[in-house]
Amino acid sequence: MLTINNLHVKLEEEDKVILKGVNLTVETGKVHAIMGPNGSGKSTLSYVLSGREGYQVTAGEAILDGQSLLEMEPEERAAAGLFLAFQYPVEIPGVGNMTFLRTAVNAQRKARGQEEMSSAEFLKVVREKAKALKIDADMLKRPVNVGFSGGEKKRNEILQMAMLEPKMCILDETDSGLDVDAMKLVAEGVNALRSEGRSFLVITHYQRLLDHIAPDVVHIMADGRIVKTGGPELALEVEQNGYADILAEVL
Amino acid sequence: MALAKAKGGAERLAAVELPACGAWLAAARGAALARAQEMGLPTRRDEYWRYTDPTTLTAATAPAAALFAAGDEPPAFAAIDRVTLVFTDGVFDAAASDDPAAAGVELTRLALAGQADIHWARELYGVLEARGQSPVPRPLAALNGALATDGVMIRVTGKAARPVSLVYRHAATTSDAVLRHVIRLEPGAELTLLESGPGAARFSTVTEVDVADGASFHHIRTQGRDHERRTLTHLFARIGAQARFKSFTLTANGVLTRNEVVLELLGDDSIAHVAGAAMGDGGFHHDDTVFVTHAAERCESRQVFKKVLKGGAVGVFQGKILVKQGAQKTDGYQISQSLLLDEDSQFLAKPELEIYADDVKCSHGSTSGAIDETALFYLRSRGVPERLAQALLVQAFLAQAIEEIEDEAIAEDIRGRLEGWLARRMG
Repeated sequence: MLTINNLHVKLEEEDKVILKGVNLTVETGKVHAIMGPNGSGKSTLSYVLSGREGYQVTAGEAILDGQSLLEMEPEERAAAGLFLAFQYPVEIPGVGNMTFLRTAVNAQRKARGQEEMSSAEFLKVVREKAKALKIDADMLKRPVNVGFSGGEKKRNEILQMAMLEPKMCILDETDSGLDVDAMKLVAEGVNALRSEGRSFLVITHYQRLLDHIAPDVVHIMADGRIVKTGGPELALEVEQNGYADILAEVL
Repeated sequence: MALAKAKGGAERLAAVELPACGAWLAAARGAALARAQEMGLPTRRDEYWRYTDPTTLTAATAPAAALFAAGDEPPAFAAIDRVTLVFTDGVFDAAASDDPAAAGVELTRLALAGQADIHWARELYGVLEARGQSPVPRPLAALNGALATDGVMIRVTGKAARPVSLVYRHAATTSDAVLRHVIRLEPGAELTLLESGPGAARFSTVTEVDVADGASFHHIRTQGRDHERRTLTHLFARIGAQARFKSFTLTANGVLTRNEVVLELLGDDSIAHVAGAAMGDGGFHHDDTVFVTHAAERCESRQVFKKVLKGGAVGVFQGKILVKQGAQKTDGYQISQSLLLDEDSQFLAKPELEIYADDVKCSHGSTSGAIDETALFYLRSRGVPERLAQALLVQAFLAQAIEEIEDEAIAEDIRGRLEGWLARRMG
């Protein structure tokens, strides 16, 4: 379970406050969606939770299954079970996708005191999971995300998620830049990972992703706060009427 | 006399005593010394020594250099089936060396070659070096030709059975070693030359390689991790038609390294690649000075140099592509890049193109930058600890240079060496 209490965050370099008291609880096994207009702080929330530099937490806390995330290094958060699917997955020339995946899997196992996966076992598992996401052998061999299409990059994110088996998955606008078919494929990958022990926080502008990844709870974020929380119907309301009505109602 | 006085190091050069040897070699040494005297020893005022201070290389005696304890690291190329010849502080160690006959090549040591009349060696010793003195003077290469006490002379007529591996051990803290190698690949011949180790407190090697038509020469070296060693190398190659030349150098540590490469593409349809991966911190100064001349049609040349610098280290790259008149369809490429792991380190690059043919493709690029923070965060967000993530990105940065090694087993050896260095030094 992820609990965020009264989270206040500002940009380190300029004195700009982005998050102004976020309160949010994602129960284990549930899928929560955060929707909101541009600049509402959705992506910042995902970055702050995963430990990206450049943000200063001025108040509040984020607790994942009893562990306080905000004091941890990014790799410690990952080992604790947090995973961020990036809006813009990073290209890393010179690092093979397989090397990257195996290094990450084994680093996390090591951090948790588990035995490293053997090469043979790793190969077997990665091939199986890649196949389900229609990721071919060539994509596994190529450098991380280099020359990948938008859809391939997002599928590669889901493959990493499948390999790392996190407890808490944050999807930051995973639908951006995807056509309908690519989005379906990604959504299927996510749905296959839904389980009792795994929670999701799906950040999106549009309802359309939520047609494929059905959320249990929908939050609306605006001006650095969660301003409204409801069921899946809230997403439909946004789709039909935009954010203006909701924002007018709560602000 | 006033003119002679103006030349750098005139006194030192006047005092040089040539090693005793047979007639042809004595003549070649004399000619080399005369060339060095004509040019004078380099100083920082010379155009190609502006970024690298040659004082410790031109001094009469070598500054002391402590030995490096390699610990449990395996010797370079240990897993490669090769014929090993060991030189300790420049002195051949027969007991530690293999029987050269196993290489399937003609191989004679310079120390013995002077006694015999080896016609092919006579036609090369100092000849390629002398050709390489213009337009950029390289007096220390000439001085090497005068002073070299040993080295190997290799002639290959077919495909060499095994790589020839020259292992340079450093045993005395004040050793000053000068070696000269002469290699002739006859038409269609193939040879892989491996070099490894620091060699001496101060170590100078000059290698002259004549690659005849259709021949193929591969060269891979690692320069030894002794922190205080000083190394000066020159590689002169003359490349015939439809020939292949590939040279890769890995440098880790060393207080001063200058690797000069002078390549001449004289026959059509040949390729010449020269690459280097260097990494060091603290008092590390590393200089690659490369000159590639295209004098034939449809040749391809590549210069790929990568340096990882930390803690005030200095990297230098001076690379030139000269395309002569008539060298049409030349494909020349040059990239030099540095990864600066802190703000104290610096990279100085002087890329040059000089083109006298109108139908050519030549490009060069030089960059200098820090580790990509976005990539670093991406790796860490997947659970990769910071040190390991940095090491992965450093390896990724160097990968393009290492890809120039064709033999996968040798490339693997180099990658392992690199990983070891990173594991120890990336803290």
